[in-house]
Amino acid sequence: MDALDYRLIAAVQAGLPLTARPYAAIAAQLDMDEQDVIVRLGRLKTEGLIRRWGVVVKHRQLGYRANAMIVMDIPDDQVAEMGLRVSQHSFVNLCYRRPRQGEVWPYNLYCMIHGKNRETVLQQWADLQQSCGLEACRHEILFSRRCFKQRGAIYKAPVIEPLEFSHG
Amino acid sequence: MLASLHKHLLNDYQQDFPLSPTPFLDIAEQLGVTEGEVLAAFQVLAEQQMISRIGPVIAPNAIGNSALVAMAVPEQDLAHVAALVSAYPEVNHNYERENRFNLWFVLIASDQAHLQRVISDIETQTGYKTMLLPMLADYFINLGFELNLND
Repeated sequence: MDALDYRLIAAVQAGLPLTARPYAAIAAQLDMDEQDVIVRLGRLKTEGLIRRWGVVVKHRQLGYRANAMIVMDIPDDQVAEMGLRVSQHSFVNLCYRRPRQGEVWPYNLYCMIHGKNRETVLQQWADLQQSCGLEACRHEILFSRRCFKQRGAIYKAPVIEPLEFSHG
Repeated sequence: MLASLHKHLLNDYQQDFPLSPTPFLDIAEQLGVTEGEVLAAFQVLAEQQMISRIGPVIAPNAIGNSALVAMAVPEQDLAHVAALVSAYPEVNHNYERENRFNLWFVLIASDQAHLQRVISDIETQTGYKTMLLPMLADYFINLGFELNLND
């Protein structure tokens, strides 16, 4: 990644303008060439820095109001394999390993399920437990209540001061 | 009720929005409508807050340093603490969840030191401890959000 890549990320993070030639508009802001903008974005995507390039939906607004974060206590030597298995399910939106916090919070695998209602999400969790052999696994289900803040990526350039992305 | 065009725009372009000089025209041709209709439909989706943007989702920790943070806050203090937390530009996705740890947010800083500074500041400001849960591994494969828009 070079300085121009960071400036480009900073310029597109709030989203493309809804005009016929959006990449040309971004290019004009950065005093770049439209084709260079397109090629660079493609490269950043191939390299994996841009994880996906497209429409970012607001699930709550679309009726997906039941949002559960499920935390699990998986033996350390099995957590990587279990993470991959869990993330194969189409209804799982995110799946991360995070450090345990002793007995206060003994969980090391996190996944997220967004659904239209609680019953659907709980059913999906039951399916997940069954297909991954998680019936006996210690876990907690944390449904979301109020959303206090949700917003898109903010990365500043050229000093890299990123202020948001997807889920920590 | 969303029109079929809106549903396609929401579902079909989460991963690979066209990287071409005329992306909206490309989409229009794929869906058999006009470029103007595609732009107008995206405008509606943006105005109705159904999409947050057409743009990048950056890989976790690819730029800067991020962590999930949890706090256990007494109910009567929660709205106040949540507002203090949300006021930080480094904070996003600040949610109340059903748990003894009832406030969950993502913090993104430029580096580890910056992250720690914000955490200490939040603890001082709110008077409550935080539980810092950085990502150790990311297993997610199924990118995007598959919407069932038929009901």
